Amino acid sequence: MARIGVFVCHCGHNIAATVNVEEVVEFAKTLPDVVAAEHNLYSCSEEGLGSIKKSIEKNKLDRVVVAACTPRTHEPLFRKTVELAGINKYLFEFVNIREHVSWIHAKEPQSATEKAKMLVAMGVAKAALLEPQKEGESSVIPTAVVIGGGLAGLTAAASLVAQNIDTHLIEREARLGGNLADIDIVAPEFRKSKELLDEMIEELNASPKAHLHLSSKVTEVKGFVGNFEVTTDKAEKIPAGAIIVATGAKEWIPKDEYGYGTVPGVMTQMDLEKRLAKGEKPKQVVFIQCVGSRQPGREYCSRVCCNTSLKNALRILDASPDATVSILHRDIMSYGTASEHMYRRASERGVRFMRYGLDRPAKVSRTQRGAAVKVFDETLDEDIDFDADLVVLATPMVAQNDSREVGKLLKVPLDKFGFFLEAHVKLKPVEFATDGVFVCGAARWPSSVSESMSQGMAAAAKAAIPIRRGKVVIEAITAQSDPDKCAACGNCVMACPYEAIEIVESEGKRYAKVNEAQCKGCGACVAACPNDAMQQRGFTTRQLGAMIDALVKNAMEET
Amino acid sequence: MVKRVVVIGGGIAGIQASLDLADMGYQVHLVEKTPSIGGRMAQLDKTFPTNDCSMCILSPKMIMCAGHENVKLHTYSEVDHVRGDFPHFKVVIREKARRVNIDRCTGCGDCVVKCPVKIPSEFEENISKRKAIYLPFPQAVPRKMTIDGENCRMVTSGKCGVCKKVCQAGAIEYDQKDKLVRLDASAVVVATGFDLADVTVLKQYGLGTCKDVVTSLQLERILSASGPTSGHLVRASDGKEPKRLAFIQCVGSRDEKMYKYCSSVCCMYATKESILVREHVPDISSTIFYMDMRATGKGFQEFVQRAEKNYGVRYVRSRPANVQPANGGNGVLVTYETRGLAGEQVTEEFDMLALCPALVPSQGAPELAKLLGIELDEDRFLKAPSLRHPVDSTKKGILICGFAGAPMDIPDSVAQASGVAARVAELLEGGA
Repeated sequence: MARIGVFVCHCGHNIAATVNVEEVVEFAKTLPDVVAAEHNLYSCSEEGLGSIKKSIEKNKLDRVVVAACTPRTHEPLFRKTVELAGINKYLFEFVNIREHVSWIHAKEPQSATEKAKMLVAMGVAKAALLEPQKEGESSVIPTAVVIGGGLAGLTAAASLVAQNIDTHLIEREARLGGNLADIDIVAPEFRKSKELLDEMIEELNASPKAHLHLSSKVTEVKGFVGNFEVTTDKAEKIPAGAIIVATGAKEWIPKDEYGYGTVPGVMTQMDLEKRLAKGEKPKQVVFIQCVGSRQPGREYCSRVCCNTSLKNALRILDASPDATVSILHRDIMSYGTASEHMYRRASERGVRFMRYGLDRPAKVSRTQRGAAVKVFDETLDEDIDFDADLVVLATPMVAQNDSREVGKLLKVPLDKFGFFLEAHVKLKPVEFATDGVFVCGAARWPSSVSESMSQGMAAAAKAAIPIRRGKVVIEAITAQSDPDKCAACGNCVMACPYEAIEIVESEGKRYAKVNEAQCKGCGACVAACPNDAMQQRGFTTRQLGAMIDALVKNAMEET
Repeated sequence: MVKRVVVIGGGIAGIQASLDLADMGYQVHLVEKTPSIGGRMAQLDKTFPTNDCSMCILSPKMIMCAGHENVKLHTYSEVDHVRGDFPHFKVVIREKARRVNIDRCTGCGDCVVKCPVKIPSEFEENISKRKAIYLPFPQAVPRKMTIDGENCRMVTSGKCGVCKKVCQAGAIEYDQKDKLVRLDASAVVVATGFDLADVTVLKQYGLGTCKDVVTSLQLERILSASGPTSGHLVRASDGKEPKRLAFIQCVGSRDEKMYKYCSSVCCMYATKESILVREHVPDISSTIFYMDMRATGKGFQEFVQRAEKNYGVRYVRSRPANVQPANGGNGVLVTYETRGLAGEQVTEEFDMLALCPALVPSQGAPELAKLLGIELDEDRFLKAPSLRHPVDSTKKGILICGFAGAPMDIPDSVAQASGVAARVAELLEGGA
């Protein structure tokens, strides 16, 4: 007989305001194999964890069920707690009564409490059948691969190299530097981007640890954290312990918006960068912000365009103090310290700022001398006309055309705009859910020079950790096949998104074999198997069946 | 020999830097001046733009940090002084007298119940009271009590001793003294975060004079389930639920006379709070007075649109000139100018007003900078002058992350904290 302890969390008011926690505890005490049940204000606080440990000792528990929030954030913590109290951590079962109950049934406390009870009954039924598991260990190839040689990728590679880690930088262009190579001056620091890039490229060239692969594209990525193999279109095969995605983003090119391509002098920011770098000194310049962004279909703000316009407005005025520069905007996004000072400087220097609404965009037309811009100024409440030699369209950074392909190669997700989607938007900004693969820079989201660099270094830190440790722990919740039941039909091989299964032959019998280091425990193969030959540890048919039985039994008794 | 790194500041940036450095194999000493790690993020109810519960995502990190084999926490401690240069810093940490033996204290809280002294709680932004012996918040790490010597009757006058009587663990030590811990460290990370500017000096906004004017951080505590009102949104004047709530952005920031810079996060947290209040008072209406709606991060524009369309949040681009108590002292009158040439002065009544004050470098940061021998920038944030190494201070081997260097949100702070870990490794492993 198992000895199960059930711990129900209030999560402050998050759960307790909806679910009658005491009632759930009393119910839990009536369940088979349950020898102790209690509730905690916060099960995850030191106090809560302490009471779990105490109960394990006092009641000689051999299984623990916590009914609280989500395993996504809290499972490692509870597993560690039971482990410290001497129980194999896989004999812990998590029941989510917050996301699955209190938060979504806030208006039905009675039914929510019933649902919480059912979930606890199911958790207890499964817990009774849990088996101890052992995690494996796998070695780590002490090499990193960085995909993309723009600012973020260069920073990541230079950081890894400086940390004494062999690093392969794969860049599809013949040159390094990405977008920044086409930008003369960096904002808001007002420093030459070339100096920055040259310094980093020099660091890489000087280091025996750096391996540059220019004009190369990644065509295949195999393996898992610690043991990747990255293949390029030049048929190079690079073994790597970790991979950093720094594929950047690109400037959106308008079709014919605001006279682009038809009216002379209408150009994008990157076009302007090239002209200013050549020493051109325009006299009448109008910047139009949010061209192609913050509108239906591309709702986001591209974060860097206001600062770019402010910088270039100041550069134009530096070159010709008598120039007239106007910035037509919807909000000036000069967040932080240095950018806001740049905005103030631009105002003081006479840049005209004019706010327009999405419903009344500016109109650009051709005149004999150049271009004319008409815009409805929201502050003045009237139409304003400008003559311009240059009309600069501040367009957003958009995802690279092949970002979805790269995502597929690495099996990492993208958001709806094609930017890579990190593991947690708040606390894991450079990580993916896939272990050993990291992201930084504009591939993730438009970002400033210092932000891209901080992220590049952050990704380098994350990649360095498994490499420096030299080993990674392999998840114990993996699938395994029963060769006696397996018909080698291959359904599981097709279903596996991680390429972790292959059909092998042994002693004249063909069957599916799971590479446990590669298996993520998603369960897709188990569902695909027609012969019940695939089982997932911690989620066996028997365990899941017991959960369903418990639900049916208790629901019947309720009604 | 294992190399040692001292991290100053136990907010999310300091915690993340500590975790990454510890995972890399360095011996980390994390110094936090308050009795618990967690910092500002611990005070937040939810986080934008996903409305994830702040404590729910932070708490596991706090516990992992405290439990990491390579991290030694020094809470209720300050850096007393630092000598030497990279990579041979000599750091002296002052572990302030907690007057509670932390090896003995079980965190049961019996002492707190019996303590007769009540003083405003810093963690609750002075909305509610704490005792002279206290745990700053329920999820505090470490879960150890602290006696606030300035307010403890036994410490100040020798007359009380109740907590010692009730403590079954024998953990109370009234005569405990500050302890100095001397360490050799290869690098120092500064992650001292931010404070709210004191905007009571801006008399026109009514903070401190109108009862129903609060700071945004006070509102955050009011909305928090573990906060002073247990998550009930009520105003101070009469304890009633407000139905009309207003926010004023850029209070003391983007302001020539106070702080010229933009605090970076207020547009988004005001939007978040204006969405959250609807979960507490379904028929509440929110108005946000703003200058520019700076929603530049991932999912931020969509978040603002959702606030407008699904939660009826009204965004008014105007900088209010004046706030007065409304008739009878309940609620406020906000005077502002409507936009356009035909703009006129309007006075509108609200039941409650939240100010979004300038966020400024943590109070002790300038003094700490002096002690470390590093410079401040023109806004008095820690100066990071290098374009090539954006987390380097003006002194080699002393690195900066999070709000201590410039206003930034949580993901940027976290990324920068991990970046600092990489920079430490660059300096210590390769000598770059």
